Amino acid sequence: MATVRRGLLERVASYRPSLRPTSSDDREAERSEDGGGGRESTDQAGNEGERAENGGDETHTRVEDERDKHPGVRDSTESPVPPVVSLEDVTFAYGDADAVRDVTLRIEPGEFLGLIGPNGSGKTTLLHLMLGLLEPDSGTVELFGQPVEAFDERGRIGYVSQQATNRGSTMPVTVREAVTMGRFAHAGFSRLTDRDREIVEEALETVEISGLADRRVNQLSGGQRQRTYIARALASEADLLALDEPTVGVDAESRDAFYRLLDSLNASGITIVLIEHDIGVVTDRAERIACINTELFHHGDTESFVESDALEKAYGATGRVVHHHH
Amino acid sequence: MSERVSEPVPETETSRRSLRRTLERVGLGLTAALAVAMLAFIALDWLRGFPPADLLFGQFMVVGQWMDYYLGTNVFRHPFMWRAIATGVLIGVAAPLVGTYLVHRQMALIGETLAHTAFAGVAIGLVVIAFTGWTGSLLLVALVVSVIGALGLQWLVERTNTYGDVPIAIVLSGSFAVGTLIISWGRDVISIAISIEGFLFGSLAIVTVEGARMMAVLTVAVVAVVAITYKQLLFITFDEQAAHVAQLNVTWYNTLLIVMTAVVVVGAMQILGVILVAAMLVVPVAAASQLAHSFRETLVLSICFGQLSILGGFAFSISQGLPPGGSIVVVAIAIYLLAILASSRSVTALSTH
Repeated sequence: MATVRRGLLERVASYRPSLRPTSSDDREAERSEDGGGGRESTDQAGNEGERAENGGDETHTRVEDERDKHPGVRDSTESPVPPVVSLEDVTFAYGDADAVRDVTLRIEPGEFLGLIGPNGSGKTTLLHLMLGLLEPDSGTVELFGQPVEAFDERGRIGYVSQQATNRGSTMPVTVREAVTMGRFAHAGFSRLTDRDREIVEEALETVEISGLADRRVNQLSGGQRQRTYIARALASEADLLALDEPTVGVDAESRDAFYRLLDSLNASGITIVLIEHDIGVVTDRAERIACINTELFHHGDTESFVESDALEKAYGATGRVVHHHH
Repeated sequence: MSERVSEPVPETETSRRSLRRTLERVGLGLTAALAVAMLAFIALDWLRGFPPADLLFGQFMVVGQWMDYYLGTNVFRHPFMWRAIATGVLIGVAAPLVGTYLVHRQMALIGETLAHTAFAGVAIGLVVIAFTGWTGSLLLVALVVSVIGALGLQWLVERTNTYGDVPIAIVLSGSFAVGTLIISWGRDVISIAISIEGFLFGSLAIVTVEGARMMAVLTVAVVAVVAITYKQLLFITFDEQAAHVAQLNVTWYNTLLIVMTAVVVVGAMQILGVILVAAMLVVPVAAASQLAHSFRETLVLSICFGQLSILGGFAFSISQGLPPGGSIVVVAIAIYLLAILASSRSVTALSTH
């Protein structure tokens, strides 16, 4: 199976002569949206010409088309289980600038997908589209085989947003209260049952923060706080865990522990979508990679990603060191 | 794993916590008892046509006369004072309850804005009543206008894509402008019997029978809605995106919260006045947030602090003959400052051991 994909990637590579250098003013504009800049943008500076605009899109679409014609090519299509997330030709623009263009992507149950791309490349937008937080301008999004607009299976998705977007830093909320929120969608308007409370305690136990249950969330370290949100997702009995740069501002040791936790959750059958700016971490942990910069440059297993030049194309840079020890 | 923390809780810490919990329970219990008594008073007042209710109401007034006798005051024997006090006590429950969510959604100024909208409502109500001879309550008109204003504000905020304060500032000054225009125009055309200052700065004297009844109904409604939707409101307050992903209807709950705010503001405006009403939504919550460990505790403490401010403010206002609104706010801020002192002391106590 891997050889089939390898073959496809070679064909993808053969389209490269048609790639045109980009002028990409709009992408410049987008990149500034993230503000932070960071290493990637400096890497990009000297290599503007290397990036592909429409070419990348074409190659990718061909990969997907090929897969559609031969469903057996995909790892787990033999099973009748619908994909956890399915995007078809999804496009989304902020004003005139496309943030995500023509992305077609499937996430199968049990996958650990790393979503990478330069700053302002539309990673968070793509994740929000997957979760139904944004509606695509065109294309369709399905969650667990249902259109995202009609999706109502509360609690199947656990979302850990970027640190800045929730009130954990200011609001007086205990760890236990935050984790209990995972049960709210299930409970609706009725009171929480003893079973709900048991599930919360189990979730606290799983991520090893039982000792902190009565602390205020804003007294925790970054790593502990992210564990709290993971526990909330576990308490909601999520099948899909979506994380947006969860380890920004977390020290290295806690970060390793955090990713070990994600590994063990993935091993227990939870599908994980992870946005990470540190490509080394993603290639070490994720089994599949989606590399985007407005368009999808690569979607496949990690090995083929490392061997491909999707990274250079997406980041417009050559010679980035990728740590990889499987 | 390195992050596992299982510090043994010191003995003194446990006993302090249980003392705290007991105090909170007592505070909440007393507040609830007082609120129920005041609701009962308003209900009896309402049902005075029926002999048993009339009899009980008479007993209430006898208690008031005894209170006046022992305190050497001339306050509690008057039904209108009881109505004002009852309204105040209910404000002390409903305002911090809604305010706790507002403050932590960083929407504290919404209360101020909706009070100004309600002021426009009072102005419109005055004119409508003067022209049509309609005998309905002025506050009812203010309530309707304020709720419409709340929905309009919500619409504006969603269209302008931010919870920024620009639409809030526009609606705040805009509705006040409309209110002043209508009142100035109305003064030339008709005679306005009601003092506008009463609505601006709050007064015990403007609490009417209908106003007290309205506050009673609104308080029961708000407490019931918050009790039912406590979980959902907490989730959207804490993490709106995650709540959305968990399939909660975030827009609907935002609208619910903002409409409840409008409702509470109109009720509270009678005592506190348009300009000071937001303080009751914000200050007790700020004090509670300094001290509380959990959200539930924040809710309980804000209601206790809110009630203390109301009672303290009334005592000061009645004894000194000063307006109740300012008195209540000053007491609330005093409590807030004490809370800051207490919390900084407990922080140093924690860091030394």
